[in-house]
Amino acid sequence: MDWQYFWELFFGGLTRGSIYALIALGYTMVYGIIELINFAHGEVYMLGAFTALIVAGALGIYGFPAVAILIIAAAVAVIYCAAYGVTLEKIAYKPLRDAPRLSPLISAIGMSIFLQNYVILAQTSDFMPFPNLVPQPEFLEPIAHIMGASEVLIIVTSAIAMAALTLFIKYTRMGKAMRATAQNRKMAMLLGIDADKVISLTFVIGSSLAAVGGVLIASHVGQVNFAIGFIAGIKAFTAAVLGGIGSIPGAMLGGLVLGWCESFATGYISSDYEDALAFGLLVLILIFRPSGILGKAKTQKV
Amino acid sequence: MRKGWFKGLVAGLALAVMACPAFAADTIKFGVAGAHSGDLASYGLPTVNAAKLVAKMVNAKGGVLGKQVEVIPQDDQCKPELATNAATKLVSDGANVVLGHICSGATKAALPIYKEANIVLMSPSATNPALTQSGDYPNFFRTIASDDQQAKLGVDFTIEKLGKKKIAVLHDKGDYGKGYAEYAKQFIEQGGKGSVVLFEGVTPGAVDYSAVVQKIRNSGAEAVMFGGYHPEASKIVQQMRKKRMDLPFVSDDGVKDDTFIKVAGKDAEGVYASSSRDVSALPLYKEAIEAHVKEFGAEPGAFYKEAYAASLALLNAIEKAGSTDSAKIMNALRTEFVETSVGKIKFDKRGDAEGVGFSMYQVKNGKYVELK
Repeated sequence: MDWQYFWELFFGGLTRGSIYALIALGYTMVYGIIELINFAHGEVYMLGAFTALIVAGALGIYGFPAVAILIIAAAVAVIYCAAYGVTLEKIAYKPLRDAPRLSPLISAIGMSIFLQNYVILAQTSDFMPFPNLVPQPEFLEPIAHIMGASEVLIIVTSAIAMAALTLFIKYTRMGKAMRATAQNRKMAMLLGIDADKVISLTFVIGSSLAAVGGVLIASHVGQVNFAIGFIAGIKAFTAAVLGGIGSIPGAMLGGLVLGWCESFATGYISSDYEDALAFGLLVLILIFRPSGILGKAKTQKV
Repeated sequence: MRKGWFKGLVAGLALAVMACPAFAADTIKFGVAGAHSGDLASYGLPTVNAAKLVAKMVNAKGGVLGKQVEVIPQDDQCKPELATNAATKLVSDGANVVLGHICSGATKAALPIYKEANIVLMSPSATNPALTQSGDYPNFFRTIASDDQQAKLGVDFTIEKLGKKKIAVLHDKGDYGKGYAEYAKQFIEQGGKGSVVLFEGVTPGAVDYSAVVQKIRNSGAEAVMFGGYHPEASKIVQQMRKKRMDLPFVSDDGVKDDTFIKVAGKDAEGVYASSSRDVSALPLYKEAIEAHVKEFGAEPGAFYKEAYAASLALLNAIEKAGSTDSAKIMNALRTEFVETSVGKIKFDKRGDAEGVGFSMYQVKNGKYVELK
C-alpha cells in the first residue's frame, strides 16, 4: 500500500467533503425546520462567490492586503447572502407555508432558475477569474504538494463553523427555540416562540454558511460563473440526504463521506466513475438506512 | 386577326415560360447548405455570407465559364433529418456544386444523397474524421482539418519536441474532448515511442480536481494532454501548479481561448494548445474580412474564412475543369492549387485540404503565441 498516495487522496477528500458539508448545513437546517428542500441554496452559494468577487475587485484597486480583502469580502458576502436568504424565504416560501408540500418545492426550483438568470443578466455568463486571496505562508510549503493554504483554510473554517453551530443550537435560547420549532411548529408557537423569527434566522445562518463556502471555494478554485451553484448544490444536497436530512451532525458526516468516497474512487478506480460511485453509495445507504446515516426514523404521529 | 394576335401572345408566353429553365441553366447554381436558423445558426450563417460575397466578386469579374453564379441557400438547422431534405431540395433545384453542410452529423446524413446525384460537396466545418477517411464519399471535400489532426499534432509535439515519453491523457467526457483524447491515445500507442500512463475522464464543473491531480503525480507522467474546454483546463492547471507540479500541459482548440488565460492568470504561462494555423497575414484573408465588414457592417462569425476558401476553391475548380461535370471538377480540386483565405491549397485523394491545419500555440506573457 502506497501510504503517501493514500494521504494525498485523504486530504483531497477532506477538503472536498468540508466544502460539501458547509453547503449541506443550509439544506439540512431549512429542511429540519420547515421540511422544505431549498433548491435555491446552491444559488446563494454562487451569489456569495460573486459578491466577494466584486468586493475583492473594488478593494484590489485600492491596494488592500490579500488577507484584509478576504475578510472584508467574506463579511460583505455573508451580509448580502443572509439578506438574500431571508428575502427568498419571505417572497417565495412564506406565502406557500400552508400550501401542499410540492408547491414550495417548485417555487424553490423557480427561484434557483431566477437567480441564475439574474446573475447572467446583471453580471455575465462568462467564466470570471477569482483572485487568490489566501496567501501561501512559508511553513505550509513542505506540504504544498498535498494541500495548500486555501485547502487548510477551508477545512479549518468548516470545522469552526460546524462547532459554533452545534454549540449555538445546543446552548442558546434561540437554538432551543429552533429545536422546538423543528420538533413541532404549532406547539412551539403555542408556547410563545416566534416561529417566523426562527425560520428567518435559519435562512440567515444557512445562507451565511453558503456565502462563506462560496468565497473560500472560489478562492481555492480560482474561477466563478453563474452555474457553479448547481453542481455544488446537488452534491451538498446528496451529502445532506446521505447523512440524514434534518440532522446537523448528519450533514457534516454526509459531506465528509461523500468527499472521501469521490476522492478515493477517483484515485483508486477512475474519475470516469466518480459520480456513479458517489450516487451508488447514496442508493445503498438509502436502501439499508432510508433516513440516512444519522437521521432518525420518524414515527408517524397518529 | 385580333384572335390570332392573342394566340400568338399565348404561344409566346408559353415559350417564354418553357424557356425559363433554359435561362436558369445559364447560371452556375451554387448550393449552400447548413444551419441558417435554430440554435446553431451562428455556425451556418457566416458561410452563406461568404458564398454570397465570393459569388458577387466572381460575378463582377464576369462569372464562371462566362455564366453568373447563383447562390441557393438551404437550411438544415444542423439536424440530420432536415439535412436530407435540404440535400434533396438542392439536388432537385439542379445545384452544380454545394458548399456545406456545417455540422458533421448533418453532413453525414446528407452525403449519400449527393453521392447518388453525383454532386461535389465541400464543407467548411465538418471535422468528423470518418467523413473523408472512410473513403466512402469521393465527392466530399473540406477546407477544415479533421478532428484527429489536432491530436496527431499534440502527440507529435509532446513526444518529438518536448521529448516526453510518459503521457497522462485526460478529457472532460464530452464528445469533443473525449474524441481528442481517444485519438491522442491511439496515436501514442501506434507511434510506439511513448506510452499512455493514465487515461481518465474528469467530471466537468466539479468543485475541485485535487484527486485527479494527485493521480497524475502518482502515475509518473512527464506530460499531460487534455481534451476539452477551458473551464476544466484552467481548474486542472491551477490545481497542478498549486500542488507544485510543473508538467507541460498540452491541449486543444477548446483551450486556445483568451478566457483560459484570463481565468488561469499566471498559471496559464507555458501551457500549449493547438488551434488553426494563423492566417491573419494572408492577403486573401484580409480581403475576405474587409469584404464582409463592408457588406454586412460586422466582423464575420465562425468558419467564415474556411467557407470563403471553399467557395473560391469550388468556383475555381469549375473554371479550371471547363465544365460543370462533377468528375472534372473533382479532378481539378485534386490537381490544381488555388490561393484562398486559408492559404494555398489543393485536396488529397480523400478530400482533405493539403496545406490546411493546426499549429501549436503557447501562452507567453499572457498571450497565445504560435510556435513555428
